[in-house]
Order: sequence, then structure tokens, then C-alpha cells
Amino acid sequence: MSEVPTGFRYTDEHEYVRPTDEADIFTVGITDYAQGELGDIVFLELPEVGDRFEKGDVFGTIEAVKAVSDLYTPLAGEVVAVNAALDDDPALVNSDPYDAGWIVELRLDDPAALEDLLDADDYEALIG
Amino acid sequence: MVAFAGFELPLHYPGGIREEHRAVRKVAGLFDVSHMGEFEIRGPDALALVQYLTANDASALKPGRAQYSLLLNDRGGIVDDLLVYRLALGAFLLVVNAANRVKDREWILSHVGNFDAELTDRSDDYALLALQGPRADEVLAPLTDVDLGSLPGFAFARGRVLGVDALIARTGYTGEDGFELYVSGPRAEELWEGVLDAGSGLGTVPAGLGARDALRLEMGYALYGSDLDEEHSALEAGLGWVVKPGKGEFVGCRALAVERERGSTWRLAGIRLAERGFPRPGHEVVSDGHVVGVVTSGTLSPSVGAGIALAYLPTALARPGSRLALRVRGRDLAGEVVRLPFYRGGSRKG
Repeated sequence: MSEVPTGFRYTDEHEYVRPTDEADIFTVGITDYAQGELGDIVFLELPEVGDRFEKGDVFGTIEAVKAVSDLYTPLAGEVVAVNAALDDDPALVNSDPYDAGWIVELRLDDPAALEDLLDADDYEALIG
Repeated sequence: MVAFAGFELPLHYPGGIREEHRAVRKVAGLFDVSHMGEFEIRGPDALALVQYLTANDASALKPGRAQYSLLLNDRGGIVDDLLVYRLALGAFLLVVNAANRVKDREWILSHVGNFDAELTDRSDDYALLALQGPRADEVLAPLTDVDLGSLPGFAFARGRVLGVDALIARTGYTGEDGFELYVSGPRAEELWEGVLDAGSGLGTVPAGLGARDALRLEMGYALYGSDLDEEHSALEAGLGWVVKPGKGEFVGCRALAVERERGSTWRLAGIRLAERGFPRPGHEVVSDGHVVGVVTSGTLSPSVGAGIALAYLPTALARPGSRLALRVRGRDLAGEVVRLPFYRGGSRKG
């Protein structure tokens, strides 16, 4: 079974949105289920701090041995941090997707829009 | 699991493709390649038939030796690539690609004609396990009565492995030393478990199609259906070394003689990326802004540390040192043609 932490929000594209100590800043990564489906991740193409994306925009790509996948922006916002550790060790996304394998931090334009995303129960139902 | 030529095959086991790849390059990995097709050809004209249908010189094989070879069509295109094992003076074992088994069988039968030889399709009887890696010898030696030291590359012997009758061949598809074990189907599972058990102490792991594909591509070994087909000739595929024009007439020899004379239009080339990228089949090859070819196989090579690919290119662009780019998701990544193999550190013998 894939791990689906409660208290996070999720998208149909298998990204999670995790609250931080700052009210409008959220950590984005891919779920445990998604990393399992992708298998060995070999590198990521990531945006730069300061880049802005609208909901649904491709903000990066994730290259696994099996296939390449786009990373979709869960909610509109600005990139305020990028996980530089993934440059040297992209497999962190496989081994620890919810902590050391985080991908970016976004300052959301409208944190209230989080309500539109899936909660843990919805996401568990999605991945069955 | 992935569907492959009517079989369900694991792309990888729980350790993942990268870990399996590492194990094969450093220690050993065990592949289940039972899907391969096996034909026996026996009879007074067995050699003559094999000589007529395959491009390599089977008369050079003593019993107990094997060679890589090709089935060609009249145009010199590749019907299949295969291993030819000489079981006895009048008996050969042809090991063909699973996806081509029926096509190959029909092809061979349509050429038997006046040859006094008989084909038996043994594909459903044989299972095939491939133990590959620099320490494969160490893993297998205590399990068998065959003296592995007496088997150079491309040699084989009959014997027992963990009490199971097997044909033990020092062949493989990874660039590492290793063995392919042909056994009767019902005994394969116990052999699989037994070899893994015995080898686990050294770090032997089960390995799937994903690792196998990266390993063979690092060696520049072409894969039928991806890099080889009936439309590209053996010479275009870079397999001219397999073709022995001096041995007498064989299917495809005339077309290849003409092509040798005139020169080939296309050539399968190895491309190594200078920029970070993961080449995949279907990516376009670009030279001076023009699309000049399409990737037939590609990977981000763990052993080389760069993106590597095979593609058919116009001959003039296929020379080592030729600079070109791969168009990967809309971006042109710089690379150049390199001599094969991409990886030269393998432990393969012979």
C-alpha cells in the first residue's frame, strides 16, 4: 500500500501539497504512489525561484527509467524554493517522497483554493 | 509486468531497474528469458540448410560451440538475429527472438525444400535462465558438474545444475561474463530459486527486461524490432562482421554484395549526448537544423554516465565524431556519434 498522509492535499496528477509554518507557502512533491509507478527516477527538470505558474501549468519534468512525466502546478503561485538536493540525488523522490524528496515550495496566490483539491480520503479512493 | 510476445514479463523486480543493472555490472543478475524461441535442426543436410539460411559461417563451428548470426531476406534485410549452437555434426539449435518465432519457423520451413533436414520447434519445452555478471562463474561453479574453466566464450556443454539437466552456454546479452542455462520447462522454477539462493550471499539479484535493455544498449547490441528489421540490411545495421560472403551462397548474399560495392545509404550509429538527457525511441536526430534520423533505442546509461542512443543515419553523418543533436521534448541536446560499444568495462569473454 502506498502511504497517503492526512493533512495534505492532492491532485489528480499525483502531486501533494503540504502546509508549512507560513500560511501561504506550501511544499509540492509527488506522492508515494506516483514514485512507485514511475520507478527509478534519474533526474528532474525544475523551475527557478521567482518563476510564476498558473494552475495546471507544467512547472517541470521528472525523468524516470521507464518514462518521463510532466509536473503540473496544483494551484497558481510563485516558486519560493527548489529542492537542490535532487540535483545530486534524484532518487530521494523514490525513497522519501514526502520529506527529503520534496520538489518545490510555492507561495500560493489564493490558499483558500486548496479546498478545491483532493483530501487524503479522496486521493486514496483515486488510487484505489 | 509487461506483455511481451505473448508472455508476461517483469520489467523489473522490487529492487528496481537501476539496482539490477548495478548488480549485473558488479556481481551477477539472473534473467528469465524463457520466452526466446528454440528450434532444433537435424539431419544429413542440417549444416547445408543452416549455411543457406544464416549469414555467419556455421561450418566454422565445432560441436559445443555457438555463434551470433542472422536470418536474411533476399534484399539483405534482417528476418531475425539469433544464436546458432552446434549440438553435433548434424544437429543445430537456433535460438530466436520470441516475437519472431512463428515468422522464423515459417521462413525456415519454406526453404527446407530439397535439404534433407528437419526442424523441430522446441520453444515450449525449453526454459532459459541467463546468469550474467563478473562473478557469475563463482556463483555457478559450485552448483554444476561442468568444469566452467573449460568453457571459453560461446562454448557450451551439457551437464547438471543443482541436479537439473541443462545445456550450459557461456553466452549472454549484457557484455558481462555469464551463462545461459537451457533446461526443461518444469524444472526451471526450482533452478531459478536455487541459483538465486546460492548467489544471494555474493549479491546476485533477479533482473528484468528494463535492466537487460540498458545493459545490452551500453554494449551497442542491437535489439530486433527496435534497431533491426526487414527493411534495414545487415550492413546498414552495422552487422557486416557477421556476414561471411566467402562461405558460399546464402539467402541475402547477392543483395549484400551489391550493397558492399555501391555503399550503404544508412548506417546504425551510436550517439552519446554531451548534455543531460534521456534519449528514448522516437526522438528525432537533428543535424544543421534538419531531421536526419530517429532514435531506435535510447537510455540514460548508468555505466557511461550519459544519454546514449542508436539511430539510423545517412552514412556520411554516421562517422564517429560527427556532431548532431537529439530533439528531446522540443529541445535540441548536443551529442556526437561514437564508436560502439558505449561501455568498455564489461567482463565478457570471447
